[in-house]
Amino acid sequence: MTGSEVQQHPIGLYLKIWILLFVLSTCSYLVDYMEFQGFFRWALILIFMFMKAGLILSVFMHVNWEKPALKLLLFVPLSAIVILIILMSIEADYTFLNRFIYLLKV
Amino acid sequence: MSSKLNKNEKCSAWQGVIQDFSGDKQVFDMSWGKLMMWIFLLSDTFIFSVFLTGYMHARMAATDNWPVSSEVFAMTIAGNSIPLVLIAIMTFILITSSGTMAMAVNYAYRGELKKTVYLMSATAFLGACFVGMQAFEWTKLIIDEGIRPWGNPLGATQFGAVFFMITGFHGLHVSAGVIYLTVIAKRVNSGVYEKKGYQIVEITGLYWHFVDLVWVFIFAFFYLW
Repeated sequence: MTGSEVQQHPIGLYLKIWILLFVLSTCSYLVDYMEFQGFFRWALILIFMFMKAGLILSVFMHVNWEKPALKLLLFVPLSAIVILIILMSIEADYTFLNRFIYLLKV
Repeated sequence: MSSKLNKNEKCSAWQGVIQDFSGDKQVFDMSWGKLMMWIFLLSDTFIFSVFLTGYMHARMAATDNWPVSSEVFAMTIAGNSIPLVLIAIMTFILITSSGTMAMAVNYAYRGELKKTVYLMSATAFLGACFVGMQAFEWTKLIIDEGIRPWGNPLGATQFGAVFFMITGFHGLHVSAGVIYLTVIAKRVNSGVYEKKGYQIVEITGLYWHFVDLVWVFIFAFFYLW
């Protein structure tokens, strides 16, 4: 079975990733603690989020060592979510505008 | 088989995909249990994504001010108000539990079962701590701040609904994970998997890491944004 040969990583690898995740979490907490605002804040939040998610997925969940077929299974369907997010943000702006106009009239 | 692929290997990676899908064999080279866990996690990804997208919509379309989460979730320790401190501790606890889980999987494949059971129990314990702290947080918000799913004194009405739904659903996943881990740790301890092999620990680990992964997104979008 491929599973057994996949698991021959030294424990040290997990400790390193663990420490890295700790550091990244501290960084993302500091974004709030230092009260960064605006575009800079959002960019930092997203960067730290994707780095953490990437580390958990690729090392802890072993996606890094899986075959491309599984990676496709996991990541291709997510494009539907990206489309949903884009459509919903357009729709949310529209809803907000309508509410705003309504409140102005009243 | 490391992450550094040269050009030829990249080519053969795509050829491998074609062979996997077109060959007269099962497409995914893994046991059904592991594959089904992956498919379950994919479906769960969709559930949480839709929740978070719904939250995005509610927040963008709200005409009232959205409550500032770093003030709502601040805690007063020794006279100082520290923003998000409980949430930060919860994040560290969940990351630590992910670390212990990853090590449990590693030891399971090496056949060091005592360590596996200990590490899985530690993971379950940390998960239980997380749920406990979440219960504390909910109590504080409901009783002290007066936040309800249908409204709150701080601003936009949708805040409560989104908060209770998303963190509640995540908390439910953590609670289920604690039970799942405890059951599997017990079964590993009593030697149920001696013949079958210990891939079950890896499958349990996948679920647990996923719970941690979802928290990364909730932490970023709900608490920090």
